[in-house]
Order: sequence, then structure tokens, then C-alpha cells
Amino acid sequence: MAGRRHDRNGESPALLRFSDVSLVRGGRLLFEGLSLAVGPGEALQVAGPNGSGKSSLLRLAAGLLRSSTGEVQRSGVALADDSLALDRELPLGKALAFWGGSVAPAMDALGIAHLSGVPVRLLSSGQQKRASLARVASSLAPLWLLDEPLNALDADGAERLAGLVQRHRDGGGAIIAASHQPLPGEWRILEIGR
Amino acid sequence: MIGRMIQRDVRRGFTGAAWLPIAFFLLIATLMPFAIGPDAALLSRVGAGTLWIAALTAALLPIERLIETDRADGVLDQLALRGSAEESVAAAKIVAHWLTFAPLLLAAALPASVLLGMDGSALARTELALAIGTPGLAALTVAVAAITAGLPRAASLAGLLLFPLAVPLLIFGAASSGGDHGGLLLEAAISLLLTAGAPFAAGAAIRAARS
Repeated sequence: MAGRRHDRNGESPALLRFSDVSLVRGGRLLFEGLSLAVGPGEALQVAGPNGSGKSSLLRLAAGLLRSSTGEVQRSGVALADDSLALDRELPLGKALAFWGGSVAPAMDALGIAHLSGVPVRLLSSGQQKRASLARVASSLAPLWLLDEPLNALDADGAERLAGLVQRHRDGGGAIIAASHQPLPGEWRILEIGR
Repeated sequence: MIGRMIQRDVRRGFTGAAWLPIAFFLLIATLMPFAIGPDAALLSRVGAGTLWIAALTAALLPIERLIETDRADGVLDQLALRGSAEESVAAAKIVAHWLTFAPLLLAAALPASVLLGMDGSALARTELALAIGTPGLAALTVAVAAITAGLPRAASLAGLLLFPLAVPLLIFGAASSGGDHGGLLLEAAISLLLTAGAPFAAGAAIRAARS
């Protein structure tokens, strides 16, 4: 997906921009009049209670949902949500390689390099979470969308995630994470659904 | 990406139970003489039609894993994020589905024709008609799979949807198997129309299933 970047009035080019966005799903208004911009190096946490529309906001940012009103502009994104999108019967290394990018360093960063030959269906839920984060990390997309990234991760996994997030930000990338719990590191917080 | 997609789907098709639709195909051809009796003249007359019904069943069998597994597992979402249009994904799935069932089916038609007492020229005509008709059949199956993906009782619903839509293909396919040259041209036209239109129908269905 080629990035559409608009540089209006000398603003810095945002990797993601919501302009007055509202979203109705299943007849329920999840949010309205939402405007936000996420630029390079930024990390935004979308917080809110269960069912407040955090995941829907990420899917909107990914372009998988259409906003009811308003406009969403984005550059290339990578998404890690609760679906793994890796072939269960393949060894992890090959399953990740299907999506391309630099797989080996990403697996290394998440501490799953030694699982490269293990079929995806045999991974534990924590290992699967690391694998789906590795799929995002190996993509070249500047904007990462992470849905509940801490779910199923142990302390070591959370630490590795924090390091990965920091490196991505230092490299000029941006991250939006939806989570109902505090994330490691410094995050700008966006509360929805209150 | 699309090339890799086709390669992946073909691999998955063959590591799964690729022989199952073919076994069904042969089973129907085997049951037919039992059902209508051993009259060779009668058998050879209904032979081509039987093979067409069997081909329809063989195409339908894997319908549940054509789209639904990838939708449920987020693969279709990830493809969209990487800029693959839903229509291209559907086209790749059609090519892969055809590759996994049609060549085997054309090969299985050989022993099936023996079981049904068809002669060489009838077999040749049927093989030609099947070769022309199966791309349309594969396209129709993928479109129906996309439309029913995620619905409860999707498999039986898919059958209800697929069989009526396959009627034109069946009519002209069976007619051209019987040596009707005009039927062959009409069958080719229908198969082409289905192959060209199905990716758009399937793509729209994949998009609609997201919201």
C-alpha cells in the first residue's frame, strides 16, 4: 500500500491521520469526531474498557474497516491482532518467510530464533504472540498496529517487546497499541469509550 | 505476492486431502452401473452426464477451506495490508483450486470412463469439455466459498448456492461431451464468463465480510 502523505500548512508528515472520524458498528456508535495524528517516532496507546472500540480503531487505521464519517490517511502499516495468519503445518521460520521481510533478526529480537524449525501448530500461546509480533517486526512498514500486545507474553516477552518498540521509534517508525493495561515504556495515551 | 499465494494454496491443497474429491469422483462413476444396471448401451449414453455430476461434486468438496480458513486466521487481512487487492487474491485462489482438482480429475476420468463403458471418442470429447469447463467451475466454487465464508452451516449453504449456478455449465458441458459443437462453444463462453466475473464477486464478498 503506497503511502498517501499530505503535508498541510507545513505540518510534519504524519504516518497516520484521523480527521473527524466516527465509527458505527452493529448499530452502535463507538466513537465520533476523533481527530489524531501520529508522526515518526511516536507511540500511542489506545486505552479503554472492553468493548470500547480499541480493536475497531486499529482496524480502521489499518484500512480494514471504513469510517462512517471523516477521513483516514495512512502510510504502510503492519498489524498484529489476535489472528496469527501463519500456516499451522509449516515450521515457524518458513511460515514467517511467506510474508517476506527480514525474518531472522525479528525472530532473534523476540527470542524465538530457536523455534524456527518447530511447526506453528505446536507453539504455545505466548510463543504464537511472539511470532505474530515477529511478523510485524520483519515487515518494512513504518506504522505498527498492535492489538493487546502484552496478552500471553511473559516478563521476558514484555521486555523484548519494549526494546523492539524503542528501536522502531528510534528508526523513525511509529506505533499504535490498543491495550487495557499499562505498556512498558513511554506512551501517549488516548482514552476512548469513557 | 500473488505467485507465492498460488504456490502456497497448491501446496496446502496437495498436503491436505487432494485425493478425496478424486475418490468421490471415482466412487460416483463406480456406483452408477450398480444404480442403473449393467446395460452397456444405456451406461455409455449416461456416462458423460455422470462424469459431469461427479466433477461438480469433486469441485464442491474442498469449498470450506478455500476462503474461510484464511479469513478466520487473518491471512486475507494481512494480504490486504500488503496491498494485494481482494480481487487478485480471489483470482489466485481460483488458479490454485483449479490446479489442485482439475488435472487429477482429468486423469481420473480415464478409469471412470472404463467403468461407465464409454468408448474412446466419447472419452476424448468429455475430456475436452471438462478441460474447458473446469476453470469456470473452479471460479464459481471460489466465489461461492467467499460468499458463504463465516456463515453458519456454510458447507450445505454453499452446495445449495453452487449447484443451481453451475446449471448452464452442466447443460452445455454435457451437450458438448455428447458431440455438440455449438454446445462446446457455449460452454467455453460460460466458463470464460464465470472465470472473468468470479474474482470480482469473491473480492466484494471478502471485503463485505470485514464490516
